[in-house]
Amino acid sequence: MKTAKKKKGRDFGVDNLSGYLLIGPWLVGFFLFTLYPLFSSLYYSFTSYDLLTSPKWVGVQNYINVFADARFYQSMKVTFIYALVHVPLKLLFALGIALLFNMKHRGIGIYRTLYYVPSIVGGSIAVSVMWVQLFASKGPFNNMLAKIGIDITRNWIGDPDTSLMMIIILAVWQFGSPMLIFLAGLKQIPVSYYEAAEIDGANVFQRFIKITVPSLSPVIFFNLLMQIIGAFMAFTQCYIVSNGTGGPSDTTLFYALYIYLQGLKYHKMGFGCALAWIMVIIIALITLLIFKTSDTWVFYESDD
Amino acid sequence: MKSMKTRKRVGAVVYHSFVILLGCVMLYPIVWLILSSFKPGDQIFLNAANLIPDTFVLENYRTGWAGFGGLTFATFFKNSLVVTILTVIGEVSTSTIVAYGFARIRFKWRSFWFACMVVTMLLPTQVLMIPQYIMFQKFGWLNSFLPLVVPAFAARPFFIFLIMQFIKGIPKSLDESAFIDGSSKIGTFFHIIVPLCVPSIITSAIFSFYWKWDDFMGPLLYLQTPKLYTVSLALKSFSDPSAGTNWGSLFAMLVASLIPSFVIFICFQKYIVEGIATTGMKN
Repeated sequence: MKTAKKKKGRDFGVDNLSGYLLIGPWLVGFFLFTLYPLFSSLYYSFTSYDLLTSPKWVGVQNYINVFADARFYQSMKVTFIYALVHVPLKLLFALGIALLFNMKHRGIGIYRTLYYVPSIVGGSIAVSVMWVQLFASKGPFNNMLAKIGIDITRNWIGDPDTSLMMIIILAVWQFGSPMLIFLAGLKQIPVSYYEAAEIDGANVFQRFIKITVPSLSPVIFFNLLMQIIGAFMAFTQCYIVSNGTGGPSDTTLFYALYIYLQGLKYHKMGFGCALAWIMVIIIALITLLIFKTSDTWVFYESDD
Repeated sequence: MKSMKTRKRVGAVVYHSFVILLGCVMLYPIVWLILSSFKPGDQIFLNAANLIPDTFVLENYRTGWAGFGGLTFATFFKNSLVVTILTVIGEVSTSTIVAYGFARIRFKWRSFWFACMVVTMLLPTQVLMIPQYIMFQKFGWLNSFLPLVVPAFAARPFFIFLIMQFIKGIPKSLDESAFIDGSSKIGTFFHIIVPLCVPSIITSAIFSFYWKWDDFMGPLLYLQTPKLYTVSLALKSFSDPSAGTNWGSLFAMLVASLIPSFVIFICFQKYIVEGIATTGMKN
């Protein structure tokens, strides 16, 4: 077939010129805005550079300093706690709501829309600023507790014991996207699977474990990957909540915020780039790990 | 028979009560923010949990709009709109072209470049924050919109991917027959591919808008003079705890900053829902 097609005069054969012209915008950007910065930062990570004087080669000194730096470990800890707590919570919540909205009831379209609203506005500055006030000592949360007789004047975001938890709740609250993805996944499971299982006497719980979860596993896999990488990108929320410091007591010092502080606040470009490269390696490892293990728990449709 | 019917009705009541109750908890913060912006500034944190204002005032919107440092929020909204609209145009137009190239043209090393593109999707932009800053400084682009807008014209992998999935759903025979009829590859692109891709283009445009409108890190890094501030950066300055915040004005401007996002959500809901669903399913 293919050789026969190639012999025809006009067809969609190999066309390098058109191909490269069309992907040109991306290709230029890839080299200029991704590859060049990526490798220049590798170079800077071996230098001492403050933007004012030219970079001075210092070898692996920045990496030695990073691994001796207590705040590096703190930012790593904050980011991992955030990822490991908020990702499962968010996915569980999203799956629960998706199951709820996959039932046959009236008005589900409206409910789905309303439940998605927090995700629409959640990434904005406005919501981050509002979140701080929501849990302020005189905010509505404490006020509500006071009305049912619990008198607390704790500033939930200003208190090192609860500050990170508040950012985690803010993230879980924006469960809308995984919810919609799960919902689309649920709708694709053939009803016949459930009917067959019901005839075989499987109860609701068994059907969920044996049919729903395996059918959704590619979706869970995709979400897991995206959300963990997302944790390393968290910046706006912790910046606003801590007023750009990562406080109180570095409890909201997310990794991306720490890179910002070292590089653009303290002008230690070399140190900041070393931090960034450690992040590249960690993300590469996590991605690899998820891909490697996915064979054991992700089931793709055989006829796909 | 009758008991079945009653059981079903009880089930429905339980279901709806639960969903509505949970929905109220979920939406409370946003409703609180909106209604508080109509309370007199000094009353927002008196009995803060109350939703309905005792006295309903519009004053906050007037005082808030007046802004700070001699600049009104009109300036900040204008800046945000310029940056966001240019970004949407840049990202969507170039991503569509690149998606067509990857989906329909066979060229040397296509799979290699495609793999590179997928890898960059996994690379957080935060990694590139410092080297890009250094680069843009060398270009002399600091304190201008250029670092925020120019990279948008280099397409965005996520949108390329999204539009590509859509192009793959268009039967190849359609563009082949156009091609045989004498249409060029570019002609095929404009007459066949683009009109059929409109839903994915709209989805990309919506996400592009949201991400740029909400972007905080970019403006924080590159915009130094308040005259260039976008809404998100202006709100940060406006809410600075050391500045003796007027809560009423602040809340009013927080609400105002959300209006474009709400309007787009109401108008284009369908595209958002479908867009998210397809990105999750095709991987």
